[in-house]
Amino acid sequence: MTAAVYAVRKRINTLLLSKDFGGQVITTAGIENYMGYQYIEGFELMQKFEEQVKQFPIEQRIGQGVVALSRLDAGFEVRTDNGERYQAKAVIIATGKRPRQLNVPGEDRLRARGVTYCAVCDGPLFAGMKVAVIGGGNSALEAMGDMVNIAEHVYMVSLTPLTGDQILIDKAKNASNLTIFLEHEVIEVEGSSQVEGITIRDLKTSQEKKLEVAGVFIEIGLIPNSELAKGVTKLNKYGEIEVNCACETEIPGLFAAGDVTNIPEKQIVVAAGEGAKAALQAHRYLQRL
Amino acid sequence: MSAKEVKVYSTPTCPWCKKVKKFLDDNGIKYQDFNVAEDRAAREEMMSKSHQLAVPTTFIDGEVVVGFNETQLKEKLGL
Repeated sequence: MTAAVYAVRKRINTLLLSKDFGGQVITTAGIENYMGYQYIEGFELMQKFEEQVKQFPIEQRIGQGVVALSRLDAGFEVRTDNGERYQAKAVIIATGKRPRQLNVPGEDRLRARGVTYCAVCDGPLFAGMKVAVIGGGNSALEAMGDMVNIAEHVYMVSLTPLTGDQILIDKAKNASNLTIFLEHEVIEVEGSSQVEGITIRDLKTSQEKKLEVAGVFIEIGLIPNSELAKGVTKLNKYGEIEVNCACETEIPGLFAAGDVTNIPEKQIVVAAGEGAKAALQAHRYLQRL
Repeated sequence: MSAKEVKVYSTPTCPWCKKVKKFLDDNGIKYQDFNVAEDRAAREEMMSKSHQLAVPTTFIDGEVVVGFNETQLKEKLGL
């Protein structure tokens, strides 16, 4: 969104293509480190971004995710999930990241049937039930922190020791309706039409255990939405698009910004700044053509 | 203007639920809102009709849209 604002202010003929407005930020409960706001909810901040985008004459296609990118003799063509094609002299990829999946049997089939990747959204649906939170980082600990207050019992399953902030870990250890399984992996999500349980395996002993749960909150990190750039430009081992400090990929005219790239520190303020940089670089590039 | 029956099943904490409701408000669509975090009967109704346990779940003349999907919402509302 920042890139689009910068681009249009440089009088670049700009098209903003996105599946939605808001990305990861929208599900962030509270933000205290985006300058200008001492505290703001992610939803509200993204509403403000969206309003700011809409005050400029930016052509938008919201609701269309870009699924493919190809090079033309003089520029690029992108294809969206509804089959539309658009051509441009320069492209900025700012597609961010999405929740990582476990990739275990039952996960896809029972998605939105007890398997959830949005604890802040779906958490209250599981009040009074048994649930499992998968992961050991801050997002998992925050989900666990919310769920111990409303669920009958919370099982926390992490491949590693808990890696989140100590303040969240301390809170975790004090809950009476919490059982933590460290160095355990989830091998299956079970249930016919709704989640009925999960099977976990101890990484040290290989011993398997079934946990009866109605909800599975998967909070195991994020993966970049970089599939469209695969085979077009270089990705690093994490699947992030490789850019230099000017947001340029190895392909002239192709830029990338924010969490989808290899830049260090995935933060809202950093991603917004990178978007601005990418648009200004794209402007320079177009001027040189 | 659409005269379709629209029901939104949501939780108060869910940002995508707010997006759905804002989208409907912005387009002048009237809807019934059910807080499934507290309204157990609505929660059961949502599950039995959609076989889904996720919010936001929106019914438009009985057709279901799970999550905030602007394309699907527009299509089903005839916008």
